[in-house]
Amino acid sequence: MQYLLLIYDEEKKFEDMSAADQEKFSAAYFAYTESIKKSGHFRAGDALRSVSTATTVRVRDGKTLTTDGPFAETREQLGGYYLVEAANLDDAVALAARIPSAHHGGSIEVRPIMVYG
Amino acid sequence: MLGRRMLDLPDRISRLYRDESGRILATLIRALGDFDLAEDVLQEAFAAALDQWPVDGEPDTPRAWLTTTARNKAVDHIRRRRAFADRRDALEVLAALEADERGAGPAAIATAADDHPPAGHLADDRLRLVFTCCHPAIAIEAQVALTLRTLCGLSTDEIARGFLIPAPTLAQRLVRAKSKIRAAGIPYQVPGPAILHERLQAVTAVLYLVFNEGYAATAGDLLLRVDLCAEAIRLGRLLVSLLPDQAEAWGLLALMLLHDARRPARVSDTGDLILLEEQDRSRWNQADIGEALPLVERALAGRPVGPYAVQAAIAAVHARAARPTDTDWRQIAALYGVLAGITPSPVVELNRAVAVAMADGPEAGLALLDVLDRDGALPRYHLLPAARADLLRRQGRNREAAAAYREALALAANEAERRFLVRRLTEVED
Repeated sequence: MQYLLLIYDEEKKFEDMSAADQEKFSAAYFAYTESIKKSGHFRAGDALRSVSTATTVRVRDGKTLTTDGPFAETREQLGGYYLVEAANLDDAVALAARIPSAHHGGSIEVRPIMVYG
Repeated sequence: MLGRRMLDLPDRISRLYRDESGRILATLIRALGDFDLAEDVLQEAFAAALDQWPVDGEPDTPRAWLTTTARNKAVDHIRRRRAFADRRDALEVLAALEADERGAGPAAIATAADDHPPAGHLADDRLRLVFTCCHPAIAIEAQVALTLRTLCGLSTDEIARGFLIPAPTLAQRLVRAKSKIRAAGIPYQVPGPAILHERLQAVTAVLYLVFNEGYAATAGDLLLRVDLCAEAIRLGRLLVSLLPDQAEAWGLLALMLLHDARRPARVSDTGDLILLEEQDRSRWNQADIGEALPLVERALAGRPVGPYAVQAAIAAVHARAARPTDTDWRQIAALYGVLAGITPSPVVELNRAVAVAMADGPEAGLALLDVLDRDGALPRYHLLPAARADLLRRQGRNREAAAAYREALALAANEAERRFLVRRLTEVED
């Protein structure tokens, strides 16, 4: 089964970190990504640029409305994702629990990918 | 001779249903990955037994016959399915079932490789089912409903009445839970050793929730509501039989038995709450107590000692006292101290304060309650002012006790508890 692991965390936390800590955090992510590639779980994954770079698009009554910012202002922002292959939810949860943000106050949402028969 | 056997058969099949259907259902749920289909074919298999056994004779291994028959019927159902939404899944299940029969299917392999039945236990499908129903990814109310439905065989109506919620709400919860299991891929397996302890906590939490709901039911309610305490204890017994190495499972069972033992003495005929110190102890169920006490020892042997074990130990101290004055309050206070170390909480501290007051006098207890008040840890919990009121009353400080009882009344919601507090208030106001 494929799952999307959505990484939510406070952007400010990362910004407020010292350069040395930021480097450690990034290294942890690199190590995690490498490990799930090696174990065959990785299908895709990316970090996202800050919500300050986000644009939200809606089409209403035929009009395209474009606004600055994420679709909703939240205390924790979507910062990245992984698309993984896992045997079941427990395996997906185990993968999610190893994501560095999960250990540093962030939350990982685990969503199964829709399969059309 | 044949005639007599034919008379016995429906009885024996009924007994088989009572004793074995839980296990067969669990196996079917795992094999089919579908609760509803499993239930349907289980019923059909028993119906087939009622039809065929009088003619063909009872099989040597009835459970195997029933399981195989049910699986064959499931295969028929799946083949007949036309809805393409789950056709792909259905075909996969079909292939797996057929391979399973040859002992080589993915289910057989998966359960061998991914499954982690604790050392020395043949994987009982009911154990897998327990962990599936109590999976943390399912909403807690739904965990409770699913457990009662699938492991206890309670009807939707019975569960709804047990929890005093409308049946359609309950039915909706079950549908969502089964849907979540399927859609999110919640597995039918015993968790690995690394997380077994943590996942067992989810299971014991569900069982205790069911028990407490049943415990809150008044005697009048019980005529209309199923006895949830009995169901929780049944599940508790199942749990210890499947996981005899887990000390907390023993602790939970012991705790439930000891609470249950006091039920006959707990509520008066008018529905009023009778305090522990005022209960007619001759009404306590000695069989429950006798069964529970050795289990407490077993639970306390766990390392590290768990919260259910300690709570059971506290209940055991009460159970051993033939009269309230025989109660070893010092033991209880010490045990609450241990509990505070394992699961620190202001409620535990409150209970410890009450025990200390009983052991060392109201003054000592009040000192601990003052700490709780100062910390503001239990702002809207009526039992805190109620405890303070009681200790003040024992010291003869009636005016202060009255004020505290009024404070408690302002916060108390339960009718039986309110009546009790009003009674006490009247006493100190005289």
